[in-house]
Amino acid sequence: MGEINISILLASVIAGAAPILLATLGETVTEKSGIINLSLDGSIILSAMAGFVIALKTGSVVAGFLAGAMIGGLVAATVAFFSISLKQSQVAVGFVLTLMARDLAYFIGSPYSRVQGPQVGPSPIPFLEGIPYLGEIIFRHSIPVYLSLVMIGLVWWYLYRTPYGLRLRSVGEHPEASYARGINPKRVQMLYAVCGGLLVGLAGATFSLCIKPGWGQPQGAEGTGWIALALVIFGGWNPLRAALGAYLFAFLQVMSIYFQGWVPSVPAQVFQVAPFPLMILILVIISFAQKESILRWSEDRPIVRALLKTFTGTAPRALGRQQNT
Amino acid sequence: MVMKQDKTDSRSTTKKRVFLEYVLEAVLAISLVLAFTTVVLLIAGAPPLQSYVHIFMGSLGSWIRFTHVIKAWIPLVLCSCGLLYTFRIGLWNIGVEGQVVMGAIFTTALMRMGTGTGYPSLVLLLSCLAGMTGGALWALGAGYLRTKGGVHEIFAGLGLNFVAQGMVLWLIFGPWKRAGIASMSGTETFERSLWLPTIETLRISPAGIGIALGALLITAWMLRYTNVGLRLKAVGNNAQAAYLFGLRPGKYMLIAMILAGSFAGLAGSMQVTGVYHRLIPAISSNYGYLSLLVVMLANFNVWITPLVALFFACLNVGSIQLPMVLQLDSSLSGVMQGTMVLAALAVHFIRSRLRAAYTGGT
Repeated sequence: MGEINISILLASVIAGAAPILLATLGETVTEKSGIINLSLDGSIILSAMAGFVIALKTGSVVAGFLAGAMIGGLVAATVAFFSISLKQSQVAVGFVLTLMARDLAYFIGSPYSRVQGPQVGPSPIPFLEGIPYLGEIIFRHSIPVYLSLVMIGLVWWYLYRTPYGLRLRSVGEHPEASYARGINPKRVQMLYAVCGGLLVGLAGATFSLCIKPGWGQPQGAEGTGWIALALVIFGGWNPLRAALGAYLFAFLQVMSIYFQGWVPSVPAQVFQVAPFPLMILILVIISFAQKESILRWSEDRPIVRALLKTFTGTAPRALGRQQNT
Repeated sequence: MVMKQDKTDSRSTTKKRVFLEYVLEAVLAISLVLAFTTVVLLIAGAPPLQSYVHIFMGSLGSWIRFTHVIKAWIPLVLCSCGLLYTFRIGLWNIGVEGQVVMGAIFTTALMRMGTGTGYPSLVLLLSCLAGMTGGALWALGAGYLRTKGGVHEIFAGLGLNFVAQGMVLWLIFGPWKRAGIASMSGTETFERSLWLPTIETLRISPAGIGIALGALLITAWMLRYTNVGLRLKAVGNNAQAAYLFGLRPGKYMLIAMILAGSFAGLAGSMQVTGVYHRLIPAISSNYGYLSLLVVMLANFNVWITPLVALFFACLNVGSIQLPMVLQLDSSLSGVMQGTMVLAALAVHFIRSRLRAAYTGGT
């Protein structure tokens, strides 16, 4: 029976959440502008492969991260291009790309499977790392993990506190109205689909160069893209709540490692698939929290209402829609 | 009389033009695919022409290889038939993969019970029915999550896929493990009498092919000539109007899911009884996901579906040669199939644009 050291536990949650957090934030940005990038799962694997292989060939992890980000941006641009210019369903194109990007990663990456490659080590921040507890939890990570932390605030600030963010959200809510206000919705959607894709790509590279170093088939990142997509809904399209969801998920992941040690009689397969029924359950709760009958019932029960409120969030109104402006 | 003559004449010319357009579309799409995959092959440092030849010879080069193609074609057609119902009503039944797996699990369960009873044909029949039930139940789960739970069917189906896959692994390494060893090679192989009967000289199973063709005919008939088919379409085209007309969209969604799940479950039964003769971790061979691409590429048409399925089966079987001969990964087939769907979507758009310009409409 393993003992739990709280600061080590929290530190590993923050590190483990980094890639899924980056992907969730990226998808939140993309969906806020009205585009669903369903290709996340494949996109993450392909950029993980690209990041690892480029870093291996050039010997520079920075180049690896750039390559990963570029691949993520490219896949997202494909989804946006098919939707905006070719008027095709975002869900269809995204789904095809999910499968295709994964196969592409396996095909091109197979010679580099199980090869020892470069990885990002921790870079503690001087002075701050000395703070008791907090230093250990937050300030002794690698740079991608710091990036994920900074991105939470940055994405929120950009979306809700800058004029650009306002334009981005207006396009996601009502492209025709934004067009009338002199905004080019197509250009905005393309721009933010790519921006979100860059973050998704960084998530992939963070996997293969930092959190689960190396490349293989399977890489170990399979399925996280879908979790990230569900976390965007969990977050109610708000980056702060989405981040909270990512940390909760990472916490459960870390805890499942402990559980496995405590109850060896439960087969490992149960822990591997456990996140997915949990994902469904949470989506059911979110959907119920928005039902009118339940909202009415909760009206004179302040605690329930407050609880329900934390679960509600509305999707951008033009999400996934084909636009003709 | 003359008028009539004229009319039929112009109709046949437009028919000819439409056919020509289809051919042109296909040629354009295939060249786009070849261009892209050639670039991919060059990036991977592989000889493109040789790779294509190996894929072609690996699927159609000999009768034995072609029988492997047929073995892949059967589950692809079954899953695609099921998906035609769910697409008709506008559902994204990504859970089809898990429904295949569930069908395989139920089939295996029944065959384990039926081993040694002395009625192999009856056991085979019942296990196929069990497979259909398993698939249908799993689909119903996703359907209820959609209609009652408010969870989008993509997330519900996907989550259930992972659960089904976890269940297979648990069964193979747990309760159904082989005496002494539990390994990725799967459960104990069933006795020969419980294999789907095959013609030994031809190495194909007439029952499997019959089931696939039957599924196509039933699906075509259901969608075209029955009330259910019409109502699925009505709800799919405009759920609100259908509701005002007195149809309950939720009910028809569940019907579509049950039908889809049954066909997918049957595909799982075929994988167990006709191909592997046991339960293995990769029992679904990704055919569920692949059939989503098949139906999309066939543009949701029942009669084009088997042709696309045959083509995809050829790619899948042919690409197995790549790791053996050229030390490449066989996932190239997936890249080609995905590119093909995207290219078809792009070309389709261009064609509709050109037609709009030609007729002067928008």
